[in-house]
Formats: sequence, structure tokens, C-alpha cells
Amino acid sequence: MAESPEAAGAGREAPIRVVLAKLGLDGHDRGLKVVARMLRDAGMEVIYLGLRQTTESVIAAVEQEDADVIGLSMHNAGHLALAPRILQALADSGLDVPVVIGGIVPEADVATLKELGISAVLHPGASAVEVAEAIRRSVA
Amino acid sequence: MSGVPVDPVYGDGPMPGEYPYTRGIYPDMYRSRLWTMRMFAGFGTAVDTNGRFKDILRNGGTGLSTAFDMPTLMGRDSDDAVWSAGEVGRAGVAVDTLADMEDLFADIDLSAVSTSMTINGPAIVALAQYIAVGDKTGVDRARLSGTIQNDILKEYQAQKEYIFPPRPSMRIVTDMMRFTTAEMPRWHPVSISGYHIREAGSTAAQELGFTLANGFAYVEAARAAGLDVDNFASRLSFFFNSHSDFFEEIGKFRAARRIWATWMKERYGATRERSLLCRFHTQTAGVSLTAQQPEINIARVAIQALAGVLGGTQSLHTDAFDEALALPTEKAARIALRSQQIVAHETGVASVADPLGGSAYVEWMTDEMERRAVEILDHLLELGDGSILEGVYEGIDNGWFVGGIADSAYRFEREVNEGTRTIVGVNAFTDSNDGDDRDANLLRIEQDTEDLQLKRLAAVKQARDGEAVRRALEAVGHAADDPSTNLMPPVIDAVNAYATEGEICDTLAGVFGRYVEQAIV
Repeated sequence: MAESPEAAGAGREAPIRVVLAKLGLDGHDRGLKVVARMLRDAGMEVIYLGLRQTTESVIAAVEQEDADVIGLSMHNAGHLALAPRILQALADSGLDVPVVIGGIVPEADVATLKELGISAVLHPGASAVEVAEAIRRSVA
Repeated sequence: MSGVPVDPVYGDGPMPGEYPYTRGIYPDMYRSRLWTMRMFAGFGTAVDTNGRFKDILRNGGTGLSTAFDMPTLMGRDSDDAVWSAGEVGRAGVAVDTLADMEDLFADIDLSAVSTSMTINGPAIVALAQYIAVGDKTGVDRARLSGTIQNDILKEYQAQKEYIFPPRPSMRIVTDMMRFTTAEMPRWHPVSISGYHIREAGSTAAQELGFTLANGFAYVEAARAAGLDVDNFASRLSFFFNSHSDFFEEIGKFRAARRIWATWMKERYGATRERSLLCRFHTQTAGVSLTAQQPEINIARVAIQALAGVLGGTQSLHTDAFDEALALPTEKAARIALRSQQIVAHETGVASVADPLGGSAYVEWMTDEMERRAVEILDHLLELGDGSILEGVYEGIDNGWFVGGIADSAYRFEREVNEGTRTIVGVNAFTDSNDGDDRDANLLRIEQDTEDLQLKRLAAVKQARDGEAVRRALEAVGHAADDPSTNLMPPVIDAVNAYATEGEICDTLAGVFGRYVEQAIV
């Protein structure tokens, strides 16, 4: 794993630790795997949970791995059902960890997701720089 | 447009319709019969999709193609609180019990249509439900015509819609091949699919090599189960992707036919001509569609469709331009169909079989695709000690397939990021992106679908004979325990008792276990 503290963001001593997962049944993991490698290249530490995770398994990983941020990939139009669940579960666990969503999300839903408390929404075609920037800003 | 008379085919050497079929599986290809324009549909409840099916049939279509929702594809009932909430009816149609399959095909004569069902992990349940609908409406099993995807191997490699581990899953597939070979002569029990391998990020050569390897693996499994290769090979069919690199795609299709014919004849001893033919369906590359400036996807789809036709496909689905954003709207789906009709009726490319055959570049590309695919097949033969089937199991277990696909996907993304690969609207020619009104007319599936389906399922469970369900599921469990018993008949009995898909899959998982993928990046 390429670790470069300079690249991981100004003002931080340790690299950002990101949990990456897909909630539910959606099996489209191409994007999440590409993002995992992008974030590693940007000097972050990636905890890749992969497919078929539940809110519980994501929360457990965040606690166990002391993660700074959660990245969720969604391609099945389930974001409006799944986002409130993970945010509620975080609140119930007393965790203050930002959540970034990437995938196929209609523009009209972005504002709703942000009102719910999602830090950022990344669309298809987002560049490596944009993805890393969104993660950095979410933990700043 | 000048009306110059043309011959059905040009060139010399092995012609279209002649072994090894590089130039096509029929002598005059589309001159005698155009490819089938088979469009995929499914959303909401079975009643909603039944309406879309009847529209297709009213408009002259004879082929139906069913998309199921994620819970159905994964063997989970709509009322599964952990896994299904929020996904019911969203990416396809929800089918929990035989009652839903009856609604899906209500007022449709199953002896007059051919039906394609895109489902893999729980394919045995879906096929059993379809057979049961036929039985109930008086259509003999021998007259049911269609295809069930049922290509479980590519699920572990790419699409990830598996339920059980690979070996018991292959036992289910071979049970289905045995059953359909004996009772359903018009049914295609496996559609060997490179499409999803490509969508997951593979190169064209990997798509070709992995898919043919999976095809040979099914042949080896069926032979091991006692079937004669010439009895079932003609009912295997393929499903490929057509991406944007025009000549590479055409070379890939031509190489697929040549390798399949040669290996089936020389390695697997097939003797009937029909056993040697690589028949395939093509779909344009969903993953190539951009969310930016979505209308330009119409041009991408048309070019990819043309590659599929010049590659000699037997049927074609063209993607709708709005599919990078949501399920297609009716208008977008219609434009996609019109695009293939333009290729068929206006361009003249259907007048001559394999019009590119003999082009130095196309023949070189065909050889190159063949060489790269055979390298993959040789690697798997080595991994499997002379067996492709064992090599494929090993490649699944040790992450060789998923690793290779992820490497290719990442390489592609880096090229786009670094600007060495141009994607119009994404990393070049982006000046009108801000003007996009991207959501103007997207298809949205509302929450009422899920509520409706939950009520429907509760009513079916209320009305059925609980004791009969219990006995039927017990019989499924016993059959699963005994590898010499075919699973099809007890699963048909269980769906007839209105056991749910989830109950049947849970019963099988009790014997077979559930597959959990190693999370590797």
C-alpha cells in the first residue's frame, strides 16, 4: 500500500482511514473497487468490506478500524431507503463519522441526501482527484 | 441507394455457414432472416410487467425478456426484512411465488411466445415456476420455448449474483440441463454470458477467453453427468457485449465462433454441425454510457449495434440513452429499438453475409483475439490439470478472474483520468455538461410497489396449505442431499404448493451452504 502522509491532506498526521462498502443486495462492485485503488493511490488507508454489507457490519467495521469516513456505493436506486438507515445507525452508536455516497443517484435526490446528512455525492465519471477531494473535505 | 445488385457473399476460403464458421453460422446470414430484436423489460409488480409484455406482443414482438428485481435474483423474498427492504420491484420485477409468475404471464399464450429469463442463482425456481404456469394453462412442457440465463460461473467472476458455492451450483445447472434435454426440446437451459464480465471491467479478450472457458466447463460438467455432447450442445447459447472499439468487437465475435467450433469438434468430439455453432445474443455496453450529455449515448449505441451486426449476432438488445441515470423511459427504449431498425433496413449491411470478411485488418484482429483467448484457455487447462472445469473452479477460488477483471477496470479508469483515453463528455468536449437537464424525464419506481408486493405475498402465504408447503420443502432438502436425484421435479412440486422462492433457496442453502466472496481489491 502506498502511504504518503503529504498526499493524505494538510493538517493531518495520520492517513485518512476509509471504510468502503455496498449495502444490501446490489452486486455492482466495479466502481467501488476502482475507488478503493484511487484512494490508496492518494495515500489513504482503505478498509474494503465489499459486497452485501448491512448497516450493522459497516458500523462494526468503523468502530473496530477506527475509521474516519464511510464511502458507500449505490447503483440500484436504493439510496433514499438505505441512507437514512446508516445515518440512524451511526447516531444510535454515538459515532460522528461522515458518509460519502457514490454511484447512480439522480440529481434531484442529491439535495435530499445532503439534508439527511450525507456529506457528499459522487456521480459516474468523477475523477480520481474529485473522489479524493470529496473524502478529504468530508473529514476536514 | 443506386440499386447496384449485390451477391449474398464475397470472398474465398471457408464461407459463412462453413466450418469453422468464422464468417457466420449461416450461408447467407441476414438475407434470409434478420437478427431478432429482443428488448429486455421488467419493473414493479408482475402485473405492471405483464402490461409491458402485452404492449410488446401487440407491437409485433414474439420474444419476451424478463428482468427480475434484486431480491428475486438473490433468492430473497420481498418480505425479507434484512435484505429486501428498499429493493423490491426497483431494478426489475418482483417474483416471490408461483402466483406472481401466473400474473406475469396472464393472458399470454406460452406456446406462442419465446421467453428469456435473466436469472442465475435461483434459476431452478424460476424455471419451475414457468413450467408450472404452462402446466396450469395447458401448454405441454415440450412446447415451452425460451432461454434461462443460468450461467452461474460468471456470477462468481463478475456479476456476483450467486447463492450457493460453485460445485453445488454446478450440480443444479447440470440437473436442469438433464431435465430440459429430456423434457423440453425447445428450451435453452444455459446462456453463457460474457456480457457481465465485460461490464465488470474486463477487456474484450478477457471477455472472450473467460466466456468460452465457462462454456467448455458446462460441456465438461454435462458430460460428467452422463449426457452425450451432441444431445445438448446445440441448446447452449452465448451472450456477448458490444463495446465501442469497433474492429476489436467484430474480431471478438468472429474469433468466438472459430474457437467454439474447433474446440467442440477436436477436443470434445462433437459430430453434429449444430453442436459446433456459437449462437449468440448481443447487448450494447451499458457501462460505456455516460451520465454526462446523455443524448450522445444514442450515437454510441448505434455504432456498437452495428459492430454486433457486422460480427454476425443472432439477436440484439440496444441500450437506451438514459440508462446511465436510471431504468429506461419508454421513449428512450423506443429510440434504442429504432436505432437497430435503421441498421437493419436503411444501411444495407444486412444484404451481404460477413461484409468485412477478407479485410486484412479484420482478419488480423480476429486472429489476435483468438490468440489472446486461447492463452486464457491454456492457462485454465494448466490450472485444472487438463480440465477447463477444474481450472475455472480454481480460478474462482484463488481470485484469478476477479483480480484480472479489477486490474483491467482500474487500468481503463486511470487512462481516462490521465487523459490518454478520450471519453466524449467525460474528459473531453465537456463544455455543454452544465446545461444538462439530466433528470427531466427519468423513470422512478415509487415505494407503493413494495407495499403492494408485500400485501400480495402475505395473501398468498395466508391462502396456501402450510402442511403441503412443509412436506414439499422437505422433499427438496432430501433431493439436495442425494446427488443422484434430479432436483427439478421436487422444486416443481414445491412451487406448485406455493412455496416461496426464498423458502426453496433457504432449504437448498441448508444443504449446500451459502457462498461468501473474499473481499479483495
